[in-house]
Amino acid sequence: MSTISASASGPPPASPSQALGGAVLRSSRGLALRGLRSIRRLPSAFFPALAMPIFQTVAFSGTFFAITKIPGFPTDRSVNWYLPLACCMGSGFAGVGLGFSTVRDIESGFFDRLRMAPSPRISLIVGPLLTAWVRVMIVITTALIVGFAFGARLTDGLIGLVTLYVAGLGVATVAAGWGLGLAYRFGDMRAAALMQLTLFNAIFLTNAQAPLNVMTGWLHSVARINPFTNILRLGREGWLGDVTWQSTWGGLIAIGGLSALTLTFAYRGLAKLSK
Amino acid sequence: MSVGVLSPPPVQARGLWLSQTIAMSKRSVIAIVRQPALVVPSLIFPLFFAALGTSSFGRAVRLPNFPKVDNFLDFSLAGTIVQGVLFGSVTGGAALATDIEMGFFDRLLSTPTSRVSILIGRLAGAALFGGFQAIVFVLVLLPFGVSIKAGVAGFVVIVLCGALTGIAIGGFTAAIALKTGSSEAVQGSFPLLFIGLFFSSAFFPRQTMQGAYRVIANINPVSHLVEGVRGLVTDGLTARHVAAALLVPLAIGAVSISLAMRTLYSRLAAR
Repeated sequence: MSTISASASGPPPASPSQALGGAVLRSSRGLALRGLRSIRRLPSAFFPALAMPIFQTVAFSGTFFAITKIPGFPTDRSVNWYLPLACCMGSGFAGVGLGFSTVRDIESGFFDRLRMAPSPRISLIVGPLLTAWVRVMIVITTALIVGFAFGARLTDGLIGLVTLYVAGLGVATVAAGWGLGLAYRFGDMRAAALMQLTLFNAIFLTNAQAPLNVMTGWLHSVARINPFTNILRLGREGWLGDVTWQSTWGGLIAIGGLSALTLTFAYRGLAKLSK
Repeated sequence: MSVGVLSPPPVQARGLWLSQTIAMSKRSVIAIVRQPALVVPSLIFPLFFAALGTSSFGRAVRLPNFPKVDNFLDFSLAGTIVQGVLFGSVTGGAALATDIEMGFFDRLLSTPTSRVSILIGRLAGAALFGGFQAIVFVLVLLPFGVSIKAGVAGFVVIVLCGALTGIAIGGFTAAIALKTGSSEAVQGSFPLLFIGLFFSSAFFPRQTMQGAYRVIANINPVSHLVEGVRGLVTDGLTARHVAAALLVPLAIGAVSISLAMRTLYSRLAAR
């Protein structure tokens, strides 16, 4: 009796859309926490994404130190040029890393159990995406500490950090969508090589190593139309000069467009897997 | 009778050892041919980096202290070859580790096969592939403007250098394979090799580096190996360049093969 009266006097039942939203959030949070726990349980899977940007920052800025002397190069600190690249690259690999763990789940059969669980399917994408974002914060923060130690300096205050984190989160979102989409379609580790190669090429076929005005030949034409060039510009603007809307909007549009494409690719892959 | 089998005359034993080594070398080469997906990245990636570097750093050749070269592609050819051979050698070591994981290595040991020929055969396969990679890189980059000042003789030295580097690095990856018996561990050694490559003059000249980077590049044997090959491409055929291109990988190989042999004997003793 008391139970009935308690129910009657409680808040009105949530609408179906609210209930769905709550369920998505709860399941996504659970999956995200599982993904984050895997950093501790399987550090070897996360370590490359963390170590690579550090190595890239240190090695590139030292080896290619002299390129800042090329006329037209926008900074005299090579680390200012390569640190944002390393952060974006590390973020991308933190994103596709979720594709690897999804492949492991598919191969071990755990993913089938997830699919049979009474939780919204979309949380199978949102959960890993949240994990990717947290990983990116760890990756970029660690790379920044190393970068500052090696002489990197912001040129327009803390806003440069904001644009770098936005660029990193954007690359991770694009990469996570791509990695998950391939994982759902291939269902085995064949997808891993494709995830890494395509991401690697997409980021390096830009102004990754040298600015557009310094480049020569075919790469200049490719880098000009590659949307990742805009994302890198967004990440770098606070390290090369002032942060301006002119250098920002292209990156934001590239992140929005590419994220929409790759997340749709992932969602459709998941739908196919469920058929 | 049994004495005759176990202690054949020395000449016969040498012939047997040679034929076993050739058979093991053939096997490692056939494995490469049958599984191109394992080795294609070691051909594609260095070429991709060469193309990227040429477009990105084409204007760097006019920097102060940059060695005199016709174009950046000439400069980067040596780094491309060494990089490709490093990639390929990891694959060879991983194949040996896979043999151990799958039990094939134990089956070989249960036959009267010479233990050393198992290792030498694998290294001979790495040498052939290293030489092949050098030929491919030169032939692919020739139409894009690479010219070897040392001519055909220089080209032969470069191919030999590729083969010797294959043995030298293959020795290290074989040692890791024999020590750990894990192909994952051999693959895990790749970043170490890559660091060795990056902190050298493989991608940019030592003369333009500063501070600790320059010190490390100066003492890194990879720098001297790369510069030997680079000298053949950009300067011509000189005794100094030939010596650097051949003696440096020989010296590295002496260390790595000794290490691999010791690891092999330790593994055999532990059985």
